[in-house]
Amino acid sequence: MSQAITPKVIERHSVIGTRVAKLDAPDKVTGRTRFVNDMVLPRMLYAKILRTDRVHARIKRIDTARAQALPGVVAVITAADMPKLGIGVLKDNPPLKSDKVRTIRDELAAVAAESEAICDAALRLIDVEYEDLPAVFECADALAPGAPVIHDERPDNVAMVHEFAHGDVEAAALASDFVVEGEYNVHYVTHCNMGVSCALADIDVDGRVTLYSQTQYPFIMKMDIAPALDVHPGDIRIIQPPVGGAFGSKLDVYPYEPICVALARKTRRPVKLIFSRKEEFIASPTRQPVEFKIRAGMTKDGILTFRDIDTLLNNGGYTSWGATTPFVTMRTCSSHYRVPHVRYRARAVYTNNPYAGSFRGYGNVQATWAIETHMDKMAEVAGLDPVAFRLKNANEAGDVTPQGARLDNIDLKGCLSIAAEKSNFLSKWARYRDGWTSSVRMKRGIGIAASLHNAGGAKIHKSDGCGTILKVDDYARVTVITGASDIGQGIDTVIAQFVAEELGVPMRDVTVVANDTATGPWDVGVHASRTTYIAGNSARRAARKARAMILDQAAKQANVAADRLDLRAGHVVQADNGVVVIPLDRLLRQMHFAGEDAKLVMVADYYEPPSEPEDKNHVGDMSACYSHAVHVAEIVVDTSTGEIQVETVWSVQDVGRVVNPVGLEGQIEGGIAMGLGYALSEELKIENGIVRNPSFRDYHVFTAPQMPRFDLTFIETADAEGPAGAKGIAELPTIVIAPAIGNALYNAIGLRFDHPPLTPEKVARALWDRAQGMKRAAE
Amino acid sequence: MSLKVDIVFTLNGAAVRASISAGASALAVLREQFDLAGAKLACGEGECGACTIIVDGLSLNGCLMPAVDLDGRRVETVEGLWRETGLDPVQRAFIEAGAIQCGFCTPGMVMQARHLIDRNPRASEAEIRRGLEGNICRCTGYRKIVDAIIAASRAARP
Repeated sequence: MSQAITPKVIERHSVIGTRVAKLDAPDKVTGRTRFVNDMVLPRMLYAKILRTDRVHARIKRIDTARAQALPGVVAVITAADMPKLGIGVLKDNPPLKSDKVRTIRDELAAVAAESEAICDAALRLIDVEYEDLPAVFECADALAPGAPVIHDERPDNVAMVHEFAHGDVEAAALASDFVVEGEYNVHYVTHCNMGVSCALADIDVDGRVTLYSQTQYPFIMKMDIAPALDVHPGDIRIIQPPVGGAFGSKLDVYPYEPICVALARKTRRPVKLIFSRKEEFIASPTRQPVEFKIRAGMTKDGILTFRDIDTLLNNGGYTSWGATTPFVTMRTCSSHYRVPHVRYRARAVYTNNPYAGSFRGYGNVQATWAIETHMDKMAEVAGLDPVAFRLKNANEAGDVTPQGARLDNIDLKGCLSIAAEKSNFLSKWARYRDGWTSSVRMKRGIGIAASLHNAGGAKIHKSDGCGTILKVDDYARVTVITGASDIGQGIDTVIAQFVAEELGVPMRDVTVVANDTATGPWDVGVHASRTTYIAGNSARRAARKARAMILDQAAKQANVAADRLDLRAGHVVQADNGVVVIPLDRLLRQMHFAGEDAKLVMVADYYEPPSEPEDKNHVGDMSACYSHAVHVAEIVVDTSTGEIQVETVWSVQDVGRVVNPVGLEGQIEGGIAMGLGYALSEELKIENGIVRNPSFRDYHVFTAPQMPRFDLTFIETADAEGPAGAKGIAELPTIVIAPAIGNALYNAIGLRFDHPPLTPEKVARALWDRAQGMKRAAE
Repeated sequence: MSLKVDIVFTLNGAAVRASISAGASALAVLREQFDLAGAKLACGEGECGACTIIVDGLSLNGCLMPAVDLDGRRVETVEGLWRETGLDPVQRAFIEAGAIQCGFCTPGMVMQARHLIDRNPRASEAEIRRGLEGNICRCTGYRKIVDAIIAASRAARP
């Protein structure tokens, strides 16, 4: 074995803030990575679900006899084969339906067979008889007296209500110089994960379940799925192979998962269930659509006095996380800008539509569209430019918001000022506004929007923590077992950076293991932009414990104080001058092979962030820190076709501290792409409960030629609690871009669009209507 | 169950033979019979490019191509780009540029990138972007993918 030459002096080199390639990139770029979708187990069967073609109907009979008899079919199950308990936030969704169907995606029966083709053939042989029921698709209709009842237990069709009040809105309204009202309806979009929904279940002789899953919350998933299987949560093991995108969609249990397990149990063979793309569009969750009614007041100087917001959420037939997005929407309504008096109400209303789940940005994408469009309107009423109006009302470090968020370390004003300056906002804004009435076909516009989001987790469960187990072997190779889930965002790489930094080892000597609830310590899951902050802190603390063990031993041997030593490039060195004391691997072997004094470097940590759950009045400092992003978008509108080309997006974001610029840029650019789709092109068209465009061809996610130029600026506020000062970053870009586009469109053509997406059809029609109106007025 | 057809083709440089169902797609045959799971089934209707493979120098959607049409052709998949001499420059550029997040679209992107560079190593950024129009990425916002292709193009110029 060749021995590397030991250098005599090693300089300190930090890996934090450097451009580091993702650990999983080589396998992904060579096709070596096997996603859940690619997995095959010995004797594995395939499964498919029979979904209804009705939106609301009583099930009179399901006959599976002909399907059972088809050669190659191993099992057919219906609701009779599963526990009666439902899944989801309100446990109102039985995986297989027995009494009635409530949405077009409802699951009636499932088949396990030797091939997918046999499954498909078997599904066609299942006979179902229905009695159709009157259906309802709009919130207002579902709330009307005598509306069809979706769930008998909730005769008013109201699934959830969220209310918050602070101060005296009515008094504030009377005292306001201006009150501006607005309505904003935000639409259905869906995640479009490139890897379609998939599960692979395996059962052992004792009935224990192994589920190969795309989940992004493996530990809580055990608890959530257990009742639907009548299995103890402790007897469920979740294994997470690489996943082809998640973006919040994998934060709940959906019917296909317990169905897949039930088929494995029935057949005593591994069963894999995988969606078609069409099924993915119809039967995976959407972003929560919301109808906002906003009333907001200000003084004649443009100082906000109150916000009064009432929202309706189309909950669809069942309750997943969509119905809880008001927890986040409420935060934006109460805490984004200084608002002395606030009233907020959200009602999630059952209808016969498909249902919404969580989706990157949660309720904040919806809220920020409404609030930031409304802010632009108010600025105009106040006679202020969009930047000045926002600066006047911006939160400052040290503010405590009406919901108790302590904004200790923020820089909204900095973000606004830098974004305005870098984009040359004010002069362009004034110039483009003067072009409204010109006859030029291509019109330019520029718009700005800001947003606030939690950046240090969100304590919505009893714990918002994450655990780490870390060992260093005889060769100074480090293994980190984290509870966190890498869903492609790159947390494994960030964790390796933190660990490499503390232990002074090369990145390539750190292996991150994060794929199995049997080995990994608990974590809430990937959501709320929390993972770098919380899993990063836990990994860092574990590495620090290992570092202390190592340096204590080295100090003893060298007869110096431990704080005089450092770890660099795989060596123990003197901290002040970098002179090598001993190679790390040699020290580790000496510690290991020391007879009765043997020590193996193995440590563990569980990190609970210093945040508090909301009380019953929705007050609480639920995140360990907060952050802002400001986007400016410059667009060109073709006034003949209504087409909008986004030319440049300036993004200024408070990231706390840059850990890996490559990953950070990727998250921001990808987040913007998703938000641009929300603003401009994407809409899951649901008419009378039926999804009308279940394909990429008709749904329109952004493609490479449509993308704008990016100009990214990172503000480093160095959070005192965050790992190396970092804050969570991944949701803000998706949250803030859409209203910047809407505001830019107003700047370009003088028309407001309160309901995204701003499709060419909508824009062209509005321009045409205006032209017709002007023509009539002239006559 | 269905009619079987025997085909012979060159797969990542090696002569291969397969007995396939007459209606099978090239993608299904590569994935199921040759265990090459790099090309992905993500839509099955030629809209997303996750199944991109190179056949006789042309990039194609493996999900739409009938497997019988592989007969007599030279087929390259992402697995063939990692040679004894190391990774393909496109693969290296993707890693270095950070062009990968979840990675599900990556094999298709890499093959499309390889094809674009082979066709024109001097393509402009706009041409590269147009060349990627049939490949959807939901994670990255495309810039880093374009950056990777520009970097690999530079290296490929004579």
